[in-house]
Amino acid sequence: MSTFDKVVEVLVEAKDLETGSITMESTWDDLGLDSLDTVELVMNMEEAFGVSLEMSEDMKTVGDVVKAIDTAK
Amino acid sequence: MSFSILGTGSALPATIITNDDLSRIVDTSDEWIRSRTGIGQRRVCTTETITDLAYQAAVAALENSGCRAEELNLIICATMTADDATPSMACLLQQRLGAVCAAFDINAACTGFLYAMDIAAAYFSRKPDYKILIVGADAMSKAVDWQDRSTCVLFGDGAGAAVLGAGNDLLAIEIGANGNRSPLYAPAMAGNCPFRNDVKQSLYLVMDGQEVFRFAVTAMAQTIDRVLQKAGLAKESLTWILPHQANIRIIDAAIHRMKLPGEICLTNIEQYGNTSAACVAILLDESNRSGKFKKGDLLALTAFGGGLTTGACILRWNK
Ligand SMILES: CC(C)(COP(=O)(O)OP(=O)(O)OC[C@H]1O[C@@H](n2cnc3c(N)ncnc32)[C@H](O)[C@@H]1OP(=O)(O)O)[C@@H](O)C(=O)NCCC(=O)NCCS
Repeated sequence: MSTFDKVVEVLVEAKDLETGSITMESTWDDLGLDSLDTVELVMNMEEAFGVSLEMSEDMKTVGDVVKAIDTAK
Repeated sequence: MSFSILGTGSALPATIITNDDLSRIVDTSDEWIRSRTGIGQRRVCTTETITDLAYQAAVAALENSGCRAEELNLIICATMTADDATPSMACLLQQRLGAVCAAFDINAACTGFLYAMDIAAAYFSRKPDYKILIVGADAMSKAVDWQDRSTCVLFGDGAGAAVLGAGNDLLAIEIGANGNRSPLYAPAMAGNCPFRNDVKQSLYLVMDGQEVFRFAVTAMAQTIDRVLQKAGLAKESLTWILPHQANIRIIDAAIHRMKLPGEICLTNIEQYGNTSAACVAILLDESNRSGKFKKGDLLALTAFGGGLTTGACILRWNK
């Protein structure tokens, strides 16, 4: 499974989103998520991928998260 | 031998401060506060002191338990905002209640009520026929910076109490600490010693919200898991969870992780915000008085807070 697919899986599980609505370009805003959702999601990603992620202002899209995870791996 | 809860009580300040009231003091809105925290209003001490509230909660708990103040063998107050550094809040209560017993305060921030329960449990193993009054009381309105919108909107004032007596209804308890100042701290007395020569400390509570959020979600889920294990119970056997009321988003995220239905969690954060050590105690009292609990119900209490501290227990309701 690609990092993107697994990120989508985590997003859908945690936030009840439609799989089809999520793309690499989706921003948190697009997905209707606020800053506390992203804190929670980073926690979930860390567990799902066994990595430690630095929360940052530059993590704006799903693609940014995928990139951060691939770098951390 | 652990203990049983003989009675509960709680007390809140008369003054209600709504989110709209706060939006006239700092740059915030009802929409932001509700969606980020689940808080709609909080109570704030204006003329009453936190000792007054602790006293009212204690009187109510004694009445509810059918126990007289003179029968108490120990008073433990959990607080980080006592009116005096000395006498302790517990000593002031002892005097006002007319009790004749030892009395002391403990500080485990928002986890204080769970810490008090654990200490009480240790006393019961030595003195099974004791009657112990435990109180969780905080006026966080004295600790926060009312010009800092990221903290002042979160907290409220209040007190909750329980009278404990002989019994076997504390099925498991665990308290813990992971000493770390930076996520959340509030200054103590500074004094004016002329020989002191160091940098000025903050006068108010300082918090890294997102770091505390992460800690809290993990703490709530893990501590409940561990006390369930200790008690040899499956999570499905829980009737109610009474979590620390810091942020509804923390509760929701933790419950989601634990794969439990949201309805199992009792909350009153909408009305009172985070009353620190009083949260779980007030929730326990309100649920007791509204007839929510049936004899034999299994309750999980859990809290986390500055320290960083954590605590959880499994209680069988037997009243
Ligand atoms: C405090 C808390 C609600 C903040 O939520 P958050 O999503 O982390 O918010 P942030 O601090 O990232 O702030 C997001 C934005 O909202 C703003 N903001 C903060 N408080 C605000 C308020 N009351 N009203 C409006 N906006 C506010 C911030 O300034 C920030 O704006 P910016 O993006 O323009 O800089 C959240 O972190 C939390 O509840 N943490 C746990 C705290 C806790 O439980 N403590 C007690 C433990 S016992």
